[in-house]
Amino acid sequence: MTDQYHTIVRDGLWKNNPALVQLLGLCPLLAVSNTVINGLGLGLATILTLVASNGLVSLFRHHIPDEARLPVFVLIIASIVTVIELSMSAWFHELYLILGIFIPLIVTNCAITGRAEAFAARNPVGPALIDGLMMGIGFTAVLVLLGALREVIGQGTLFSEAHLMFGESARYFKIIVIDDYRGFLMALLPPGAFIGLGLIVALKNVIDAKQVSKAIPATATTNIAVAEGQ
Amino acid sequence: MNVIQKHILGVGLMLAIFAIGSSSLVVITESATRDKIAENERQALLNAINVLVPASQYNNDILSDTVEIIATPQLATTQPTTVFRARQGQQPIAAIFTSIAPNGYSGKITLLVAVYQTGKLAGVRVISHKETPGLGDKIDERKSDWITRFSGLSLTDPEPSQWAVKKDGGQFDQFTGATITPRAVIQAVKNALHYYEEHQDQLFTDPGIVKS
Repeated sequence: MTDQYHTIVRDGLWKNNPALVQLLGLCPLLAVSNTVINGLGLGLATILTLVASNGLVSLFRHHIPDEARLPVFVLIIASIVTVIELSMSAWFHELYLILGIFIPLIVTNCAITGRAEAFAARNPVGPALIDGLMMGIGFTAVLVLLGALREVIGQGTLFSEAHLMFGESARYFKIIVIDDYRGFLMALLPPGAFIGLGLIVALKNVIDAKQVSKAIPATATTNIAVAEGQ
Repeated sequence: MNVIQKHILGVGLMLAIFAIGSSSLVVITESATRDKIAENERQALLNAINVLVPASQYNNDILSDTVEIIATPQLATTQPTTVFRARQGQQPIAAIFTSIAPNGYSGKITLLVAVYQTGKLAGVRVISHKETPGLGDKIDERKSDWITRFSGLSLTDPEPSQWAVKKDGGQFDQFTGATITPRAVIQAVKNALHYYEEHQDQLFTDPGIVKS
């Protein structure tokens, strides 16, 4: 059991990271990763939805007819997103005003349908919840990293506008990384998102390749290539 | 009925059950949160107004004392908008309404403009815009205090020719790398003041849809 959870955690955070390996949910990922705070906002909203949808799909997995599973997933996810949006607007209105714009974007995040299909529909509730949480955290980590990359290159700061999420006192979170920076607009605009994500994916591949070559003698490389291809 | 038909029927039935279940969930949540959300939105709107016209300056129920104005090219509005009226007793204090700058760098910029009864600006805030992050978005009060520059101005102060960015010979700062955005906002604020001047009496006397 511990082994299984260990695998789920490693898959979500690194080996099968939704943003870097599965390349799912690129629409919201690329759209709102222009600052750290924006990335964090979308990330948190995604974690919430992913955990809830994985939990529900897993709970009903014996009742969902195989032929109609995709429409059922869509129904479940869309209603969860709506319920989260309404509840936030009612009870956490300040937070809603900030994260509100991200929530409808989550519906377009196929990482959520992807996890329902690939994991939650085939596993008990416990592992499904952990899978949702880990995939969510993995997605958020990439969002925040990409947000940081674009924010530093684009406007020379980090954590700007933190007060939108953490209140007035967080205005001082803002770090000016490069003084008197003129800005590099492309990093903030959509091309910057594509290039930035490409660089992060490349970095992950380099790290993976290094680890593989360290762990296994050179003669076994053909097997690795086949395994990677899957 | 053969086996396949039965199967199809079963699948359809399950799908229907899930559809009913999930829409019920949404309906229940909606009805449980409706009042709370309406109250929150009301409060948020009131806060937005009070930033421009402090609550201490008026004593009417400003969210109920409104009048709808039809879409007008002068404010670049395409649908009827609501004017909120601040009063102290019977005395008109200020009108708060929407003005749109149709010619922003990337589309419309929607402004909330508050004008004192005297024709002086109480203040201006950007409600929505799609200007370039880091350049044109400095019109947003959360990014820079440029927009607060308008408070206290009127059509005669500065004089009409000065209602422009410095680059065009006026007295408002433009932003590095972005002149189109502030130019559009200044024009829209000026238009709003003209609109107010021409419709002032009507704005305050029109019974409108005074609720309560």
